[in-house]
Amino acid sequence: MKPVYINSVASISAQRTFDNSVFLDDIIAYTDNVIRVVDPNYKEFIPPAAARRMAKGIKMGVTASKIALQEAGLENVDAIITGTGLGCIADSEKFVSSIIDDNEEYLTPTSFIQSTHNTVAGQIALGIGCKGYNFTYVHSSISFESALLDAKLQLENEEAQNILVGGVDELADHHIKIHKLVNHIKVDVVNSKGLLESGTEGAVFGEGASFFMLSNEKRENTYAEVLDVTTYNSLSEQELPNTLRSFLQENNLEIADVDIVVMGNNGDVNYDKYYDTLSHELLKNTSQTYYKHLCGEFNTASSFGTWMAAKMIKTQHVPKAIKLRGVQPSEIRTVLLYNQYRGENHSLVLLRRC
Amino acid sequence: MEALKEELKSKIIEQLNLEDVSVDEIADDDPLFGEGLGLDSIDALELIVMLDKDYGIKLADPKEGKKIFESIGTMADYITLHKTK
Repeated sequence: MKPVYINSVASISAQRTFDNSVFLDDIIAYTDNVIRVVDPNYKEFIPPAAARRMAKGIKMGVTASKIALQEAGLENVDAIITGTGLGCIADSEKFVSSIIDDNEEYLTPTSFIQSTHNTVAGQIALGIGCKGYNFTYVHSSISFESALLDAKLQLENEEAQNILVGGVDELADHHIKIHKLVNHIKVDVVNSKGLLESGTEGAVFGEGASFFMLSNEKRENTYAEVLDVTTYNSLSEQELPNTLRSFLQENNLEIADVDIVVMGNNGDVNYDKYYDTLSHELLKNTSQTYYKHLCGEFNTASSFGTWMAAKMIKTQHVPKAIKLRGVQPSEIRTVLLYNQYRGENHSLVLLRRC
Repeated sequence: MEALKEELKSKIIEQLNLEDVSVDEIADDDPLFGEGLGLDSIDALELIVMLDKDYGIKLADPKEGKKIFESIGTMADYITLHKTK
């Protein structure tokens, strides 16, 4: 089996991450319970005729994919695999609202056409003329990891050489409204710097798109090797430590071999205990980082975490804003990512310096 | 008639998300499809729905659309003659 490398990265988030020449140098702090992305100039990446039918999520995904392609020096790929929890929810809301508002009459095609979950992957393929494998995984907070796993398997087995993998989710009005109603979004606004100390239920919702060029060929500008990816639909707090230990053992690693852990804490007092269990016990001697105070919570927020991990490995630097506990190791060689949302759909990802 | 033309220009810009186009930039006889505004078949469907929803005009024969949607001027003429609301 061939190893799998991350050869380029791109992220559009609530921070100025679309510029790959910097790495979380200047942090934007938010005091809100919903945070939106910092938009790049989409016109630089998408022709106006195509952009006019695209909702925000599609623009984010297409633009992030183009940044990743540019950085990798590629014009086309063998496959495009995306993960999304809610797909093009803004267009879905628009379409369904017009059905209701116009009493099932006067339905226009654009929002319907653009509302499918595979729209982002489809638009990327149309833009670059990629006729290869095109797939979108929709599985709550493990949507991105499912896409990553698919790409990893294909590259290991030499079914493809270069695969564009990404996670994308957008915010939309009705989506925000209903999640506020059920307190999945925090009732009170929170300052992002104090997210983990909020002591309240729910999360600060966000949006974003992070894309990666995965390849089974190492290049000069390679960020990291993707060692392993695994997902669990359900996992109890009690099972978590042993599951993590077994995951590392399968990769011939022990806890002490992990230089940094990237955790998906979102400040929800009901579910952050999963992270706290690791943080104060199994991983208490490991350098810990977190990221959802920077990008918000969304189904593919872990793709932002993966972007952050790849950048840390490449730059050998841990930005101050993401440090949670512990000191920065002298070398960032092995990075472990752990994420879950509301106690379900857990993921473990291992990246290694190469 | 002039007011209707201005209204159509605004509606087309808004409905079809022509972000970089202003009302002043669309001449009454500019072709809407092809070399003019560059609209396509999906836009044609949007325009057919707009005629129905805003002016109560149902196009029984889609082939009619080719002439009606030639320009803002031809659209305004057709709407003036056939509108029911």
